[in-house]
Amino acid sequence: MVNLREIKGRINSTKSTQKTTKAMQMVSSSKLRRAEQNAKAYVPYMEKVQDVVAAIAGGTTVSHPMLTARPVKKTAYLVLGSDRGLAGAYNSSILRQVQRDIDSRHRSKDEYVILAVGRKVRDYFVKRDHNVIAEVVGLPDQPSFADIKEIARNAVGMFTDGTYDELYMYYNHFVSAIAQEVTTKKLLPLTDIAPASTTASYEFEPSAEAILETLLPQYAESLIYGALLDGKASEHSARMTAMKNATDNAKDIISDLSLQYNRARQAAITQEITEIVGGAAALE
Amino acid sequence: MKTVTVNIVTPDGPVYENEVTMVIAKTAAGDIGVLAGHVPMVAPLKISAVKLNKADGKTDVVTVSGGFVEVRPDKISILASSAELAENIDVARAKEAQKRAEARLQQKQSDIDTKRAEAALARAVNRIKVQEGNI
Repeated sequence: MVNLREIKGRINSTKSTQKTTKAMQMVSSSKLRRAEQNAKAYVPYMEKVQDVVAAIAGGTTVSHPMLTARPVKKTAYLVLGSDRGLAGAYNSSILRQVQRDIDSRHRSKDEYVILAVGRKVRDYFVKRDHNVIAEVVGLPDQPSFADIKEIARNAVGMFTDGTYDELYMYYNHFVSAIAQEVTTKKLLPLTDIAPASTTASYEFEPSAEAILETLLPQYAESLIYGALLDGKASEHSARMTAMKNATDNAKDIISDLSLQYNRARQAAITQEITEIVGGAAALE
Repeated sequence: MKTVTVNIVTPDGPVYENEVTMVIAKTAAGDIGVLAGHVPMVAPLKISAVKLNKADGKTDVVTVSGGFVEVRPDKISILASSAELAENIDVARAKEAQKRAEARLQQKQSDIDTKRAEAALARAVNRIKVQEGNI
């Protein structure tokens, strides 16, 4: 016979797990709302920068090291993940994509370097002995531009000084509260600048080259920041979905267990009655 | 006097939006004053304060940490990695930053560190100056 107390214990422990997952779900959903707001606050800046970059880079014939492709000796991968797990396939799907691309493109570990954002990402690559040259861990849930500035500047700087010749960025794009998709972006050199939507021809003070000098690094840095905000929103939504599933599963398990518990209790009562009746019959 | 819309935006969101009569900024090539109807222009800014003269005679001051200004006849946008209205500056924090940067400059490490500390110092001093009202 199934032990009644054992079932009761399992019901209770599942219930407390459910409480935890439910709390985490609610926390994530409020963080998601904040992350979405941050991403929205960032849009005007991005649009403006993009406009100006397009107007300058598209309208004139100036060249700049950051705009020109050069023979690739070393590739860098900037991977934006999270510090904590319990977010479903959030980190594993990015890491799988990166690993697949690395395996198909490179034969030796000297051909590429990794820039890791997020503890999970760093641990993954360090454990597998990849060349991690920069890392950021412990980013807050609502990162500000200052938090990411350092790695963004480093990423751009190392391209300029020739440490690597191209830079790819991997992050989870926030599609909706239930869907994220792994996105790969070739960040540097900046070859896919959209043509200018405005036809305004600017006067440059002092010169177009001098402006590109300050503008392009700022543009690349802001692309990285944009991806980070996008990634954070995805992280919270992934965690929210994962925790919702966990809560639902716990609910199913509890209802199964309660059914089992009631059956066992009923069986015990029936057996007791049968024994009493049997005992009484034997006395007659 | 004719006015023009000014937007100051940073990655963390818009900081300032208003109708002004003149924008005075420090660009890498020198100080400029921009009125409404200026020809389209782009110029990088120094770590400095931007003065915005309003139609009612008052002036707003916003600190910017570099970035650049984009001018169109009907609209002026300033894009910086950080910007603050003078009354929102946290002086205590700026003074902390100033001390940190100065300490780092004393130590004299690599070139990059020195450059970064110098930039941080310039930003901190800029904030303090603007907050105290002497630009």
